[in-house]
Amino acid sequence: MNKSSLQRIRKGLSRGLLYALLIAGGLVMIVPFAWMISTSLKSGQYVLSMPPQLIPNPATLDSYRRIFELYPIGRMLFNSLFVAGLTTIGQLVTCSMAAYAFARLKFRGHNFVFLLYLATLMVPFQVTITPLFIMMRIFGWINTYQGLILPGVFSAFGTFMLRQAFMTIPTEYEEAAYMDGASPLTIFLKIILPLSKPALATLSVFAFMGSWNSFMWPLFIVREETLMTLPVGLATLQGRWLTEWNLVMAGAVITVLPMLLLYLFAQKYLVQGYVMSGLKG
Amino acid sequence: MSLQRSVVKKYLWVAFFLFPSLAGLLVFLIIPMLSSLVLTFYEWDPLIPTRFIFLGFENYQTLIKDTDFWDALRHTLFFIVGYIPLVLVSGLSVALLMNQKLIGRTFFRGAFFMPVISAWVAVALMWTWIFNPKFGIINYLLGLIGITGPAWLYDPNWAMPAIILTSVWKDTGFIMILFLSSLQSIPNEYYEASALDGANNWAKFRYITLPLLSPTVFFTLIISLINSFQVFDQVWIMTEGGPAGATTVLVQQIVNNSFRYGRMGYAATLSWVLFLIVFAVTIFQTQIQKNWVTYE
Repeated sequence: MNKSSLQRIRKGLSRGLLYALLIAGGLVMIVPFAWMISTSLKSGQYVLSMPPQLIPNPATLDSYRRIFELYPIGRMLFNSLFVAGLTTIGQLVTCSMAAYAFARLKFRGHNFVFLLYLATLMVPFQVTITPLFIMMRIFGWINTYQGLILPGVFSAFGTFMLRQAFMTIPTEYEEAAYMDGASPLTIFLKIILPLSKPALATLSVFAFMGSWNSFMWPLFIVREETLMTLPVGLATLQGRWLTEWNLVMAGAVITVLPMLLLYLFAQKYLVQGYVMSGLKG
Repeated sequence: MSLQRSVVKKYLWVAFFLFPSLAGLLVFLIIPMLSSLVLTFYEWDPLIPTRFIFLGFENYQTLIKDTDFWDALRHTLFFIVGYIPLVLVSGLSVALLMNQKLIGRTFFRGAFFMPVISAWVAVALMWTWIFNPKFGIINYLLGLIGITGPAWLYDPNWAMPAIILTSVWKDTGFIMILFLSSLQSIPNEYYEASALDGANNWAKFRYITLPLLSPTVFFTLIISLINSFQVFDQVWIMTEGGPAGATTVLVQQIVNNSFRYGRMGYAATLSWVLFLIVFAVTIFQTQIQKNWVTYE
């Protein structure tokens, strides 16, 4: 055997090892999801069978039907969509406006105010949750959509992210528009926003997902089932001692599936959002 | 005159653009944050909303002597010590793997990212079921190789390790994405040059990749630390702090005090101590980073 074919075998082996690792890792990630789906497709008597059935036989959508009958899951689905949708729109409007002020209207003290924004990123949510809750009581906003939505609408992170994006836009376009007597609002709407579509898309999917998945605030602000978002509703499905796992897993599938679809269609933007959220530290 | 008018006009525009965001952050973040600080000097029970009792530093004194607080801190540190090294190593390994030109990369990247985008509640319930002592697949698989698995979430010794494993599983993809984006920014010429010098793969990793990655390692470490001091969702779903209080972490303790015992003032004190710990960790890390982070 000559030297080059030996090298090729070595290379092939290390390739093989890499693929083995990749597939093993992928399985560790996928099997729990498969188990969730499989459990959700079983009827009651097969859920607790030993050895566990990996592929449900017979497969049935019964738990999905029952979960819609027993719990207001449809309403919760609507609540989640409604809350996440309005939160996203709110963040887009408030963050982009503030980001424009920071990026372009060089007012006195803008660096200081911006640093203040960045500093709020360090405050753990738990620090504000108690007084926020008291405030909501005073406003009479416990068990209301406004109490659920409004605290999530204002984001220092979103402002920071959009400001970074706005800063990369060359100022030549605006200077020409200023010469023609355009107001900052016109420039913001006609030049800055259209040129920042990727950043706005990133913020949108990221804000939507953050709101969809959020748990702690909705858990405390909402007590009525008709106002619960999916994660909170899902948490109530789990009884302490007797849990119908096929129903719970059906609920989990309903909660997770929309985000997986979002990932399929907006992968690039979602990943970008996570990278930005990591770099803000 | 016209200059003054244009300055006024400019500030009107600043006010217009900044107002919605600034007012919102003020009402929903800054004011609650400062009230929380004030609240640490009071006792207030939401059931008797008109009674504010001024306590001075009593809440802080209570905290120092409160064994529940120290237990919660210990459990949080246990979580951190288990979670951080595991999630960083697994996230970095997967990122290195994903950085190779392998077939099906996009698919696998999606697979690792699935837990990241899923709600903690769904993930925690999924793993509660997987860790089920009698009917869960983990103990079934352990049984196949002749091991009788523990009762996991029902066993004070195994509940926290189970929560740690679940958290590592969920966050590996997030850490991977951070490392991947900085791996892809390392210029290929570095590797080509070192290959000419006869460097093997380990040498390339040790002397090129790792030093250039160190700022990312550092940032990732800080973010994971800050996040893990605030660990809550998974604990609330999987154990609610049990069994026998074995997984009661700091935030669980805050929630217990404010929403169960009605001790809002004390809960605020706990939350400010949590904030100070996170703050101190960040400052400390920024100080020591100079010693081991290589910037280009």
